[in-house]
Amino acid sequence: MAEAVTDDGFVVFDRVQKSYDGETLVVKDLNLSIAKGEFLTMLGPSGSGKTTCLMMLAGFETATHGDIRLGGQPINNIPPHKRGIGMVFQNYALFPHMTIAENLAFPLEVRKMGKSEREEKIKRALDMVEMGAFGGRRPSQLSGGQQQRVALARALVFEPELVLMDEPLGALDKQLREKMQFEITDLAHNLGITTVYVTHDQTEALTMSDNVAVFDDGRIQQLAPPDLLYEKPENSFVAQFIGENNTLEGVVTEISGDTCVVRLDDGEELDATPINVSKVGERTKVSIRPERVEYNKERLQEGAHTLKAEVLEFIYMGDIFRTRLRVAGNDEFIIKTRNAPDVERLKPGQQIEIGWLSQDCRALDA
Amino acid sequence: MSDTTDTGGPVLAADGTPLKRSLARALRRQKLRALMLIAPLLLFILISFILPVADMLYRSVKNGIVADTLPRTVVAIADWDAESGDLPSEAVYAAMAADLKEAAAAKTHTKVGTRLNYENPGIASLFRKTGRKAKKFDIEGVASWKDELIDINKDWGDIDNWRTIQTYSPRVTQGYFLNAVDMRVGTDGAELRPEAERIYMNLLGRTLWMSLAITVCCIILAYPVAWILANLPMRKANILMILVLLPFWTSLLVRTSAWKILLQQQGVINDILVWIGLVDDSARLVIINNQFGTIVAMTHILLPFMILPMYSVMQTIPPSYLRAAKSLGATDWTAFWRVYFPQTVPGIGAGSILVFILAIGYYITPALVGGTKGTFISNQIAFHISSSLNWGLASALGAILLAVVLVLYWAYDKIVGIDNVKLG
Repeated sequence: MAEAVTDDGFVVFDRVQKSYDGETLVVKDLNLSIAKGEFLTMLGPSGSGKTTCLMMLAGFETATHGDIRLGGQPINNIPPHKRGIGMVFQNYALFPHMTIAENLAFPLEVRKMGKSEREEKIKRALDMVEMGAFGGRRPSQLSGGQQQRVALARALVFEPELVLMDEPLGALDKQLREKMQFEITDLAHNLGITTVYVTHDQTEALTMSDNVAVFDDGRIQQLAPPDLLYEKPENSFVAQFIGENNTLEGVVTEISGDTCVVRLDDGEELDATPINVSKVGERTKVSIRPERVEYNKERLQEGAHTLKAEVLEFIYMGDIFRTRLRVAGNDEFIIKTRNAPDVERLKPGQQIEIGWLSQDCRALDA
Repeated sequence: MSDTTDTGGPVLAADGTPLKRSLARALRRQKLRALMLIAPLLLFILISFILPVADMLYRSVKNGIVADTLPRTVVAIADWDAESGDLPSEAVYAAMAADLKEAAAAKTHTKVGTRLNYENPGIASLFRKTGRKAKKFDIEGVASWKDELIDINKDWGDIDNWRTIQTYSPRVTQGYFLNAVDMRVGTDGAELRPEAERIYMNLLGRTLWMSLAITVCCIILAYPVAWILANLPMRKANILMILVLLPFWTSLLVRTSAWKILLQQQGVINDILVWIGLVDDSARLVIINNQFGTIVAMTHILLPFMILPMYSVMQTIPPSYLRAAKSLGATDWTAFWRVYFPQTVPGIGAGSILVFILAIGYYITPALVGGTKGTFISNQIAFHISSSLNWGLASALGAILLAVVLVLYWAYDKIVGIDNVKLG
């Protein structure tokens, strides 16, 4: 849901629309305000418009309608090279015919900076990403992770206030990616720069960001800090897109304050928190995270509704148990249980009853 | 288990044979099969390309005809000192008479005359005329062949002719090459020919500078085209690519003739210029049958060879480089000049080598639209191959052309590096 745009944001998208062909909108009525020093991630599936937004901010695409403001100034008509925005590209875009030091010198040279000042800044930037010893190498002589660091240093060397990153970790292996996630957030917070980060990897978005804007279909579906996004998704797209999620469909039969009762299609009933439902009789998708499902009756509230379930598969994953159930005709109902001494290991074919706290189960749009 | 023996001897395979030999045996079949696959092409290239080139190179120094036709004379004249100012001895004249008699019988005396005529114009007729009588020579019955021969043709008394025979009696000669660089063997070794007889160095120089001009024109015209091709969506780029390749599907003669129609004085371009009043009817531009015509037509014909390598290199340069440069604060021009252009140099280099080497040996187009001032050295080579039949000179010119190309190639490798050339 689009937030109300406040003018005090450092970066502001004000009713921005973008169309490439004049027939369909890739970005539909985007409103977004990013505070100074904030680390904001644009998360969404491919084609959701997140990269287009980044490119409009960088100046490589023009907004079809609406204003983009940076530090209070409209920047729609400012060419990219005058915006002073640092950018890290997906393939790093390190200039292959220049050494690392020359790559870093490039933004300083075009700013007509003196040689001694330039060298000092290059050294500081390379040291910052622990690449001080590599100034004389060519990009092709570096590993993916090292190139990534250099790209970061190059985007930061001219001390921009805003840095954009377009899926910068996409080409790295998992371990390196996790290390770099930590380093990038660390660097951004230490330097106090505002960062707009684009990714389709939700783990990355959750671990790195102050705020995450979930994009789909050219709109921001939800803008929230990672914990709220995960625990309190505002619609079923966000619930499905972020983390693992179980969905059951049914009709609202009773609403009382902040709880409601949903009758599933096979007649069973469950407790939920009404989010996107307002009246009895409405169809809804209820969403529940796998780790919030309980099958130990003692932990459930008095009088809470329970559902019958059949265990289909039990997977031992070390730290957790992952169990697949059949619940109300849904064969893909997953529960996750922490591996603890007192936890019962379920067996395929076993009949159990499951339930949850009503605040963990959210009745969203159908 | 250890893979290497502790004794430091060769590593052994499981059956005890040295591992290296075992490996070589295993790979031999593979290598043989690979060789068999390329054998037809290898043979074809050997027979149709390498051997003729080698033969051609040999012909540029080959000079067996004098020694073969006049064997006795060649031996006899070896001791003669041309600088003494005296005619050769009686023995040389006798040897010449005997050689001429045999040569006339075998009808080879005109050939040796023609050969020596390349070096000393006029000597051919001496051999031809003397040859007519040579069949009836009575070698033993004449007291002094010196007087007899000079009597038959007074040119036998000319020291210059004898010097030519002596100079060209070895089986290997530098004469063709000297000729090809406008020099000749004079009284004190190699010397420049008289001003009026110097043709080939001028021609070679003209060939080089016109090829250079054509290459530069191609670079200027091809760069933007290749850029557009590389930055258009695939579908549109393919359609444009067909337009680029279209000339390849048209006969070279047709394309060249089309330029004749366009450029001649009563041609389309002149007509238009006159019609819009830029040029007076009495002062129509001469834009064909000269260097300008050759450069225009050949630039057009060779343009695809410049566009294709440039295009294939530009295609591999992602647009994110330019974007990165701009995001770092570079203007459009700086981003192009410092980031994009250096990455296209391999394509320019590849295209330039291709166009230059093709241009330097081009023959049909300059022959058709070059007139007298716009022809290339290859036209002279063709002339000597098919009209004057001086194959030795043609070979020497060809060898020089080959050497020039190799030197340029080497220089390019030193300056830009041949590893940087990308054809696709």
